Formats: sequence, structure tokens, C-alpha cells
Amino acid sequence: MSSESRSAKAAKIRHLLETEGEAVATNTRGFNQGRYDSVAELEDYQGLKDQARAIKEDAIERLPELLDKLTETVEANGGTVYIAEDAADANEYVAEVCADAEADRVVKSKSMTSEEIEVNDHLHSRDVDVVETDLGEWVLQLADEAPSHIVAPAIHKSRQGIAELFDERFDPDDPPETAEELTMFAREKLGELIEGADVGMTGANFVTADTGTMALVTSEGNARKSVTVPDTHVAVAGVEKVVPTVEDLQPFVELIGRSGTGQDITSYISLFTPPIDSPTVDFDEPDTPITDGETDREFHLVLIDNGRLAMRDDPELKETLYCIRCSACSNTCANFQSVGGHAFGGETYSGGIATGWEAGIEGLDTAAEFNDLCTGCSRCVEACPVKIDIPWINTVVRNRINEGGDGGSFDFLVDGLTPDAEDDASPTLQKRVFGNFETLAKLGSATAPLSNWMAHSRPVGWLLERSLGVDHRREFPAFRRQTLVKWARNRDETPSAEPERRVVLYPDVYTNYMLVERGKAAVRTLEALGVDVEVPSVPGSGRPPLSQGMIDTARAKAEGVADALSPYLEQGYDIVVIEPSDLAMFTGDYERLLPSETHDPLAANSYELLEYVYGLLENGASTGALSVADGPETVAYHSHCQQRTMSLEAHTVAVLTECGYDVTTSDAECCGMAGSFGYKTQYYDLSMDVGENLAGQLRDAEADHILASGTSCTDQIGDLLASDPRHPIELLDPGR
Amino acid sequence: MTTRSDTYDRFADSAAAYDVELTRTTVESLPETIADVLEEPAVGAPLPWEGCSLPDAVTIDPTPAQLNAAVSGVTAASLAIADYGSLVLEATPGGSEPASLFVDTHVVVLREQDIVADMETAFEWFGDRFRETHGSAIIATGPSATADMGALVKGAHGPKAVHVVVLR
Repeated sequence: MSSESRSAKAAKIRHLLETEGEAVATNTRGFNQGRYDSVAELEDYQGLKDQARAIKEDAIERLPELLDKLTETVEANGGTVYIAEDAADANEYVAEVCADAEADRVVKSKSMTSEEIEVNDHLHSRDVDVVETDLGEWVLQLADEAPSHIVAPAIHKSRQGIAELFDERFDPDDPPETAEELTMFAREKLGELIEGADVGMTGANFVTADTGTMALVTSEGNARKSVTVPDTHVAVAGVEKVVPTVEDLQPFVELIGRSGTGQDITSYISLFTPPIDSPTVDFDEPDTPITDGETDREFHLVLIDNGRLAMRDDPELKETLYCIRCSACSNTCANFQSVGGHAFGGETYSGGIATGWEAGIEGLDTAAEFNDLCTGCSRCVEACPVKIDIPWINTVVRNRINEGGDGGSFDFLVDGLTPDAEDDASPTLQKRVFGNFETLAKLGSATAPLSNWMAHSRPVGWLLERSLGVDHRREFPAFRRQTLVKWARNRDETPSAEPERRVVLYPDVYTNYMLVERGKAAVRTLEALGVDVEVPSVPGSGRPPLSQGMIDTARAKAEGVADALSPYLEQGYDIVVIEPSDLAMFTGDYERLLPSETHDPLAANSYELLEYVYGLLENGASTGALSVADGPETVAYHSHCQQRTMSLEAHTVAVLTECGYDVTTSDAECCGMAGSFGYKTQYYDLSMDVGENLAGQLRDAEADHILASGTSCTDQIGDLLASDPRHPIELLDPGR
Repeated sequence: MTTRSDTYDRFADSAAAYDVELTRTTVESLPETIADVLEEPAVGAPLPWEGCSLPDAVTIDPTPAQLNAAVSGVTAASLAIADYGSLVLEATPGGSEPASLFVDTHVVVLREQDIVADMETAFEWFGDRFRETHGSAIIATGPSATADMGALVKGAHGPKAVHVVVLR
């Protein structure tokens, strides 16, 4: 990406932050909180998710067989099934159905699949009027805008904006203003349009092979009217929507509303087995009872491949097909909350899972437009009701985009700094430099303080921004001449004769070369609690290259870490990790990078630092050896995103509380820095906008101490509050 | 052990969260109770249970014009789900679906014995039922609603209020 295209991207993001950011943030954060509240009421949330996941895995595995069965069932019910290869094929079929029905007007309920194939445009070209009857979709149709959210398509529009739109389009005598008035206005207008409709078109959230029943998850009642009133019903759905039986719908019905908009259940879950056994409502015969005469309904189920069957054969993209379009991954994503689907989205889909959909349906070019907005923070992983590893899909697609890329014209500048394993790949120079951060850190530390003076000098800053897209408003972290490993080696602590436990404190790249004080504090704290601590030289975890989609480089790093730590693991050492994103590598991502016999022992014996301290205290160690609160002291704590996904926030809070601190935690999903993301010029504004949500909460807490566990969070909070937060261990450090 | 009365109470609590009103009655007083609850003009679909009838004020087999003019619509629920406060509305050849959809207030008649505890039980019922009848049903929870216009509004395309008459 050139410096010009980075500026263009930054400008687009800035524009969306200004025009749509506020409405998107309010709505998505509301949905996200609703999700937390609603799933907490379930007796067995995890069990339901497991069940939903298993049903999808099985259904996609048996897809060809289920499609045959479904076709047979729908035909026996009196309907027709058409399997369309692509969008053009589907559109042509739908147009023919409309022509046969001599249709002038189609009324539609909300359907992402119909957005994907752009059926409205096709029908308009055949002089068929298509009316979106979902209120949000109708607003967008009037405004000629694209959805910014897969469930609440007009989430970016304010009430006032909608009022102005209605005013402009309809010039009503008594312009509606309140939400209630606007809704009633739309209901009336759309009611008239539905009355004269010839064809009703819907999507389908699920279709059961055993009965041909389709489930539609809605709230307004427009889908019911669109199906009930006209005598012809066309449903368009991706082939992946089929599930074996009616009973299989149950976990999805319980999860979809909760996961998406935070509703326990939406107003209407329609279970239609079309053609439905209900009289049509013919408003051309206003005085003939609806039950008079025979009801003769037609039903067409258009199942769309459009790249899905190829995704099914792609081991990395296959999981995308389990997606139930609930929008949890959008709502929980800090970047999405700030900027919405007009930036974080492709042709049709938006949010974290969109990378999988767009890569599979449209191609890598489309996915490349927005894929970088996934920072791998992993907050969507626990939110996803079918447990899709969304960050991994984003990483894989990024890797594929890298492979098709061309590094750029400044490659010569950094040849020695980028010793990556991306042989066949050509990630952008920006990605390569950030992906090889460990090499930079080593060099920076070896040449400190000169390197720090250099990094802060104006000409170097200009060059970094111009060539690498490192934003000049960001301050580089200072490298330290004495690394943690060197410091530990030079200490003359004699190991205790009978230590309680022996640990390797993993000297992650940030702690080792930059945030050395938190490493020293960790050593002193663990020793005070009776633990023998070693700090051997171990390579970086591979998190930076993985974040840049440089999977081969990350794998090489993982192998290096495993080689260095295996001898210790064999001797019964525990591995204690300070940087949460590195622990997430050891316990999670390495599963995909290393053979299980190497990954399993490392995952099983690695602990987050405060998790480990918590365990020691639970097993009899005393806080007496630590630095504890002196009277009433308050702490505002931001846990790291991946730490929260690993359910490890509570341990830090518990230890701090036990040490006498009154702790307030932030509910921001991510700090917005996310490794290198916030350093990139094209994302600087977005990163700061995301960070401001956190900074506001930290300021409001008015605490004596501001603490953060991750390096990125530390940098980000430092930039936002103009003072660097400390790691919790630095508060507990007996040597402070 | 969960008794029938516990299940009813749980249903009532869950439904109340959506401002759904409940009135309990007997088969004998049913027409009278419905007449008290509804607002005219009213439409409806025949109740599927023996001995249960609708008051005269309810027009069955309505015309499209009558549907559009109706304030209340009276139809039967096949099932209710206590955990969610949901009602299961089956589409019938007698026009239950339009009568429950084109009105401002949906009056639902429910037999207390048809309240099931949870979604799992409901879906066992749906499975058996649909494989036999190839029918359609709506799981309706509260009135129709939308938040698309900047705040939650009840009564989007469907009813603005739901009133359940429970037959003991």
C-alpha cells in the first residue's frame, strides 16, 4: 500500500467516524451489553453453543445429501427448489418466476443473501418494482445506501436523519418526528404497498431437510405479511442454511437473538412450511371473504451456491459456513463499534466473519479492502454462538492476500530487518516490518539509547511514516540497553534449597527489550512467594508476524519457542507469561502451528502471571510478602482483550482485591492499539477513537493507580492519558 | 417437581416482560371474557377445541376490507413456552395468520394445559407436528416491534398489543 492509498484510507475512516460513528457506537455497544446480560440468564449457554456448533458441523459435512433430501421434501410439499450456481443464475430464475406471475411488485423481507446477489437491481431492470418492507431496509432503499450492519442495516442512521429523509421523499403535511411517528408513517406506507403485491420474497435463517420448514427470525411482522398476502412466495437462501431436522432449530432459536441484538428471543420466529396452508389476502377483491374458494399458492426455494461449495472444500474457510448471521462478531468488535460496516465490510457482509464470506464469495481483493480491521483481539470468539475461530479466518485470508501481494518500492530499506520465512509471499513492507518486530527490538536494544534518539528524531519520523506508514503522532516505545534476560543472569540470587515451585518466566519481546521493569517486578514477586525463577533466552512468540498474516514466520517462531522451553517442561517447570497475547499464542494459536505433542504440554503448563500469583495465594502463600495497599487505595484496571477471552481477567482483580485495592474494571472490549494496528497511519484515527472509549472510563474512575496487562494497552493508554499505566505486578512488587 | 401452576406462573412472568396481559377464564365464560377484552371491530379464526366458541362480535371469515378495519383479532394458540413467554400460532385454512397479524390488538386464546416449560419441549412438539401436518407456525413473543427508527416502538407491521385469555 502506498503512502497515498494509506492517506485515502485514513480519510475514508475519518469521514465515517464523523458521520456515522456515534450512531453505530451507541447501537452496537447496546447490543453487545444486551448479549452479555441475555446469555447470562441461560442455564447452559456453553452447552447450547456446543449443540449449535455440532449441528452445523454435521450439516455442512452432509450438505449434498441434505440438499437432495430437502429438494425431495419441498417438492412433495408442492413447492419448487432451484439450486443456483451464482448470482446471475439465481436472479434469472427469480425474474422468470416474477414474469410467470405477471408481477408488477415484489415485497421483500430482509435478507442478506438477496443483498449478496443484488436481486433488486436485476428485477428493476425487468420493470418489476421491489419494495423492502423491513423498516431499516426501506429507509436504506429510500436513501439509496448500503446496509452498515447485517442485522440492523440502518444502524448508522439517526432518528433525525430518517425524519429528514421522509420529509424530503414524501413531503408529508404533518412530518413525523418521534420514533413512534416515524414507525407508524412507515407502517402505513408499506402496508399499502404490501396490499398490492404480487410476489413475496424472503430469505431464510434455517431450512429443515425433514419437513421443508424455513425459520425466519424477525420482529416487525413484515415477513409474515410478505408470505401471507400474495399467492407467490420466493425464498432465497445460501445452500449452507439447511439443517437436518426441525428439532435442530432449537439451540439456534435460543441463541440467535441473544447473540445478536441481546434479545432473549425476537418477536416472531416464523416456522413456515411453504406453500403455507393459509388463505391469501386479495385486496383487489376487498369484499370477498378471504376463506372463499381454493387457495392456490406457489412456492420457490432458490438455494444459492455462489462460491459456498468451494468454501466447503477449503479447510480454512469452511467454518465460515457455520455462521448464522447473528452479528455478535460485529457488536463485540471494538473497531466495528467505532466505524461500522461501511468501513469494516465488503460487498455484502460486515464485521469479523465478513472476511470469510467476502473471500469465499467475492474473492481476496474484496476481503483485502477491510481485512486489516480485524486486529485479532479475539473478543468475537466467545461471542460467536457457533464458536467460529473468526480471528484465524482473518489471519488465513491475510496470509493469502500477502501471497498475492507485491511488497513495494522501499523493500531495500529493510532487507536486513525482515528475516521472515515468507518465501513465496510478499506482504506489504509495513506488514513485514511490524511482523519482524523482534529483530527491530533486538537492534534497538543493542544500540540504545542511540536508537531511541533516532526513533524520536523528525527526519526518521518522516521516513518511517512515508515508507512504512508508521504514524508520526505515535511515540515509539523506548528500547532498554539492559534486557530482562541479562538482568536476571547478572543477579546473584541463590535458588532456595527446596522451592515451592520452579518456573520459567517467559521473556517476551516487549518485557525483555522495553518494559523491563515489569519483568523485574515479576521475578521479585514470584520469588517472594517462594518460587524459583529462571529467565532463559527464548525467542519471540510469533504474535507480531501472525498478526500480519505471516503464518510461516509465526510457525518458525513457535518452533523456536517450543525448542527452548521443552527441556524445562520435561523437568516439571511451569511457564509464566506476562504478555497476554503471547500466552494466547501458547495456549491457543500454537494448536494450529505446532504438532499436538509439542503444543499440548506447553499449553497445559503455561500461566498468565497474575493467574499464577492467584494460584500461589490460593495454595497457602501469603500476601504478607507483597506490597499491599496502604489504606484505601483505588485501582482502575484494563485487562487485555485476549486475556479476557481466556477468562483470566478475574484472577488479576481477585489478587489486587486481596492485596487491599479497590478495583474498577473497564468494559471496553479492546484498547484500540492491538499490537501494531494503532501505529499504522491509515488506522491511527480509528485506533484513537476506540481508545477514547477506554480512556473515558479510566478517567471517570479517578483511581489512585491505572493498571493494564498488555503492552499495546500500556502504549495506548499512555498516549491517551499522557501517563503510562503500570502492569499489576508492579503494584505488588515487594521491591517497589 | 414442577407443577402446572408453576409453569403457568413462569409463563405469566415471562410474558409480562413484553407487556402481554393475561386473563384467566373457563370454557363456559370464554365468549364473555373475550368480548370484554376485545375492541370492535374484531375479526378472528375459529377455535379448534370442542365447546369453545367466539362471541358474536368477532367476524370470522373476514374480507380484506374487514381485516384492514379490524382493531382486534382473536385466534387460538396451540402451545405456549413458559421460559420465553412465547405463544405458538399455527397458520390455518380458516385464516388464523391474517387475523392475528393485521390488527392492533391480538387476543390469543390459550389452554393452560398447552403451556410447556421450555424451548426444547416445544421443538419436540414442532418436530412431530410438522412431520405429520407439514404445517406452519409462528413463535410469537410479545407484540411486533422495531428499533429501526431510533428507539424501540411496539407495533411495526403487526399488532401493537397482545392479550392472552387462558382457559383453565
